[in-house]
Amino acid sequence: MEVFLQTLVSGILKGGLYGLIGMGMSLIMGVMGIINLAHGALMMVGMYVTFACFTYAGIDPYLTIFISMPSLFLLGMLIQKYTLNPLMEVDSILPENQVLMTVGIAMVLTEVARFIFSSDYKSVRTSYSGATFFIGNISFSVALVAAFFIALAFTLCMFWFLLKTDLGRSIRATAQDKDAARLMGVNSKRITILTFGLGSALVAAAGTILMPVYYLFPDIGGPFTRKAFVITILGGLGSTVGAIFGGLTLGLAEAFGATYIGMAYDDMIGLLIFILVLLFIPGGFKRLLKV
Amino acid sequence: MRKYFPILLLVILILFPLIVRDHYHQHLMILVLMWVVIGSGWNVIAGYTGQVSFGDAAFFGTGAYTAGLFVTKLGISAWWGMLFGGITAMAIAFPFGWICFRLRGAYFALATLALNEVCRHIATIWESLTDGMVGILVMQTFVSKVPYYYISLGLAVISVIGVQFIMSSKWGYYFVSIREDQDAAESLGIDTHYYKMLSLNVAAFLTGMAGALFMNYMGFIDPEVVFSLHDISIMAILVGIVGGVGTIYGPVVGAFVMVAVHEFFRTGFFGFFKGIAALTGSDMINVFAKYVMQAHVLGFGILVVLVILLLPNGIVGDWNLIVKKIFPVKTRGATG
Repeated sequence: MEVFLQTLVSGILKGGLYGLIGMGMSLIMGVMGIINLAHGALMMVGMYVTFACFTYAGIDPYLTIFISMPSLFLLGMLIQKYTLNPLMEVDSILPENQVLMTVGIAMVLTEVARFIFSSDYKSVRTSYSGATFFIGNISFSVALVAAFFIALAFTLCMFWFLLKTDLGRSIRATAQDKDAARLMGVNSKRITILTFGLGSALVAAAGTILMPVYYLFPDIGGPFTRKAFVITILGGLGSTVGAIFGGLTLGLAEAFGATYIGMAYDDMIGLLIFILVLLFIPGGFKRLLKV
Repeated sequence: MRKYFPILLLVILILFPLIVRDHYHQHLMILVLMWVVIGSGWNVIAGYTGQVSFGDAAFFGTGAYTAGLFVTKLGISAWWGMLFGGITAMAIAFPFGWICFRLRGAYFALATLALNEVCRHIATIWESLTDGMVGILVMQTFVSKVPYYYISLGLAVISVIGVQFIMSSKWGYYFVSIREDQDAAESLGIDTHYYKMLSLNVAAFLTGMAGALFMNYMGFIDPEVVFSLHDISIMAILVGIVGGVGTIYGPVVGAFVMVAVHEFFRTGFFGFFKGIAALTGSDMINVFAKYVMQAHVLGFGILVVLVILLLPNGIVGDWNLIVKKIFPVKTRGATG
């Protein structure tokens, strides 16, 4: 029972973070209809920003959110403006050119990171990295709990932004119907740039709050891109609410899989879920929840 | 002139190992020919049918492991893998396509990415069958590279001609119609699911054979090599895109360019920087050369970005555009 509860707790904590990662991807997918395969690489860049700030300037990892998020917001906007948007006008055979472009961007980002920081494993060790507290017999990692609540706060902010502000409404309108939104006077090009920036900033935040308990190397983006993808498929394509449920499900499944099946199967489980979802609930949670 | 170009190319390729005798260049050409096969396979499913695959390594690795396991488990020659590698790759492609062709466009692309990872994990975890990370070592049949060269050449020619044959048959038109508009194709009575499956299986067969060839030629495989996302799957996409999506000779050009670029970076511009460093005795350039040699993936990434932005249909697809840009006056009268 204790093992079960412990697994449950770690799954939920992980799931909150995954939700934040998945939400950025969902947002981009909803507005632009493309899968951003550079998502994990952007997270990696965010993590390196945190690492650099911590190592060279001694800034607390959690405070570096205020550096990593704006910088990744800017990077995301530049990527959208100068590489992805021009592709909309290019006449090509394959409609997936933008997706392939994100692969290229991911490669460039990864290699530039390798150039600067080398391939070595890096980590941010703070006084609270290893700290835990107990409720009953269940241990909670302080950093993970903090990460969970920060992720939760970001998620709520995001919802408030999407539901209540003008800009958020424009983003949702563009996601629902690009042409109709344009006819209503929404500058859809600006919205795509903004959305990519926002998605990048969100994933950078996820990377930053993960940093105190995780390690870092240039290729870390790949696994997280895959996770984000599984989450978005789970949650239903382009659904932000779905992304949170998808994140929680993936976190729980990974935790239980690691405990009861074996650590080696960690990555497999996500992919297995992915195939099961495709077989049985093709629309993801979006379909089930009608959100 | 255009009609005779393929024949001319074939003659040059047949004569190549007789003229160029050093092993390094022969090795590179074998790799090019192997990539022609893989690129052609990718081109069928992605270029012609429009279902972009990020998981070619799954088929490649399956083919390679089939050949390897024939030796380690059955004790027969790895060359049998050339025959069965393609078939086992199809055995992977079949159930996968059955499930995942309900996804469209980019979502299918990501499903293939997942397939790639699943296959790599299975090959790593299932140690009793595949020896996991230890990999499989097979003695090479020939000492000389020439037999391998001709076998690769044969396979490449078969795949190019095969793809050309398929694409000029009824299948080919169905494939292209699915790429252009799946709903329209379906409304005209084309069983899109069936033809997408066909296309995927053709691609898997070719890629699996290339994998078996790789096993035979290299003599060593492990999951990280043959199921590699960057070195196989992405490279296959690059070969397709750089050469020209949806063209018969695109993969041929793409394979040549990509292997050349890869070597170009890996050897530090063919020792150019090393030479300069030796001449000037500057440490800076030596360090820089070392960076350049590590940067081939960066080079690939930049190449993808540039090619997609400037030549969205690849070198073959946008050939007329390139010619016009380079010789704006001379070719005014030339026809496309």
